[in-house]
Amino acid sequence: MRMAKKETKMQVILAQFDGAEALLDAARGVRDAGYRKFDCHSPYPIHGMNSAMGVTRSYLGFIVGTVAAIGLLGAFYMQYWMSAVDYKVIISGKPFNSFQAFLPVVFALTVLLSAFAAFIGSMMLNRLPRHNHPLFSSANFERVTDDGFFISVESGDPKYELKKTRELLQSLGGVNVEVLET
Amino acid sequence: MNIKAPDAPNKSEQPLIAGNLTFHDVTEKISGVVESGTPRLWYALISITGLLSLMFFIMLGHLFFTGIGIWGLQIPVGWGFDITNFVFWVGIGHAGTLISAILFLLRQRWRTSINRFAEAMTIFAVICAGIFPAIHVGRPWLLFYVFPVPNQMSIWPNFRSPLLWDFFAVGTYFTCSLLFWYLGMVPDLATIRNRAKNRIKKIIYGIFALGWRGGNRQWRHYELAYLLLAGISTPLVLSVHSVVSTDFSVSILPGWHSTIFPPYFVAGAIFSGFAMVLTLAIIARKVFKLDNYITLNHLDKMNKIILVTGLMVSYSYVVEFFMAWYSGNLYERFTFWSRATGPYAWAFWIMFFCNVVVPQIFWSKRFRAHIAVMFVASILINVGMWFERYVIIVSSLSQDFLPSSWQYFKPTIYDIGMLIGSFGIFLTLFLLFVRFLPMVAMSEVKAVLPQANVHHQGPEAIELETGNVRG
Repeated sequence: MRMAKKETKMQVILAQFDGAEALLDAARGVRDAGYRKFDCHSPYPIHGMNSAMGVTRSYLGFIVGTVAAIGLLGAFYMQYWMSAVDYKVIISGKPFNSFQAFLPVVFALTVLLSAFAAFIGSMMLNRLPRHNHPLFSSANFERVTDDGFFISVESGDPKYELKKTRELLQSLGGVNVEVLET
Repeated sequence: MNIKAPDAPNKSEQPLIAGNLTFHDVTEKISGVVESGTPRLWYALISITGLLSLMFFIMLGHLFFTGIGIWGLQIPVGWGFDITNFVFWVGIGHAGTLISAILFLLRQRWRTSINRFAEAMTIFAVICAGIFPAIHVGRPWLLFYVFPVPNQMSIWPNFRSPLLWDFFAVGTYFTCSLLFWYLGMVPDLATIRNRAKNRIKKIIYGIFALGWRGGNRQWRHYELAYLLLAGISTPLVLSVHSVVSTDFSVSILPGWHSTIFPPYFVAGAIFSGFAMVLTLAIIARKVFKLDNYITLNHLDKMNKIILVTGLMVSYSYVVEFFMAWYSGNLYERFTFWSRATGPYAWAFWIMFFCNVVVPQIFWSKRFRAHIAVMFVASILINVGMWFERYVIIVSSLSQDFLPSSWQYFKPTIYDIGMLIGSFGIFLTLFLLFVRFLPMVAMSEVKAVLPQANVHHQGPEAIELETGNVRG
């Protein structure tokens, strides 16, 4: 409930920059000014942006690793239980628990679950799908997937002040500054 | 500080993307294909491929109604065109995964221009592949037995069977390829969404673009997800066709019972897959004028991979014959002698010519840059690789241990019709893809343009060295 209320009042200041290098420098400026809730938008991922923005590397790997481990053990246990516990069938005199023969399926299911974890995990961490972001009300922002480089600062940031933030972005070289609301 | 970014373009190499393009040029060119009016040629082509697909489905209906006796199958040849087509199509897919996953991990940045449609090719090829084993079981409505789900007999699948491994391997392969392909396409779908003039188009592309905003807080998770999917898919390049090969090598049939099968099949899969990528790339390059994106340099590199994998395949042929002789096994020796001189010798020598002789032209730099030559070669290689599977499957089955049960396999009109029909399905899907989806990964191509390289030597240069591996 609180989340929803916050979201409806969300305000975003958007500024456009000249290119990848300008965006990196500006990101450092915004970071050093103490902002946390801002993002740098670009048509392709820019090397070095994580540290310029002061964000850590993604921790998606731990999620995928955990799910992979579950897949590995789960797939083995499934086959063991089905072949050696629940309904034993003698097939060409092989042991019920023929663990060597279970490995291809263990491998396949581990890979399958990890792939789902990587895809769904990254979507959840990115809070996607989300089709109602204030940024979408800017016509200029449509260039972000073409050749536009932008910084957006959200009103949820403790340091956010409409006038000061706008001036900061302009002083860092931002142009076409817009204030967007949902 | 003297840290050189690993991705900094090497001066001695040609640029990956020719023509000094800007970011906007890339967007215009690739999105332009999707946005502009439909060319007449496209309608003409899809009418033909659509009719072939329709023929496939009509034959499929007849097959379900009558049974698999409409094919030329008999005893001992219980696997004919159906399984040949299956192995052929799964093999085609492997090049797409190699390009999208292994070349990504090895930072072969030239892959960015071809990975999108190579991955699309993988998915469509695996769809074609999946149809054949599903329908060859004879009672496809009982196919759910391969899933480990409780059923009325409370019996479980036999996990010791390679045929079941195959189901899991191919199912996983398809799902992973689809996720990988779609994840890579999300930023490009957002590009098309943002440029769409028409409201319906904007909504449809918008739904699939998932609200992508291109922020670095999204890119960082996205990039790692992409890297992880590449890492996950990499073993699949080797494992899927290895598992397919165990369908054969675990049996005791002479000609199948062989430990060389897994690497032999994988090399053959990549060989035929690259030939198919080449065929499609040459056509797409010509029709959509993508010369700046798919340069002669790209084609040259693909031809080199075809040459290398072709040599591996040739080596496997030689080793198979040598081992048949060296094993001293009467049946094994007979099978191989008969392969080259017996009733299937015609198929064997087509295979030998297409897979061993044809790729040798790529030793020459001139032919590696000659579009017409490589186009013909790529088609011949695919013909050869189809015959390779035919020779392995049919010639081994048709003359097994007991001469009294030998029978020559004669395909019926339904065998041939469904083979051609599967090409219809493949090409129809491919035509829909080039019409409605961005066929070159725009965000990845932009990242390998020279102006995307940030020449910065600060503390962040370390990160260039260690993190952020995209592109």
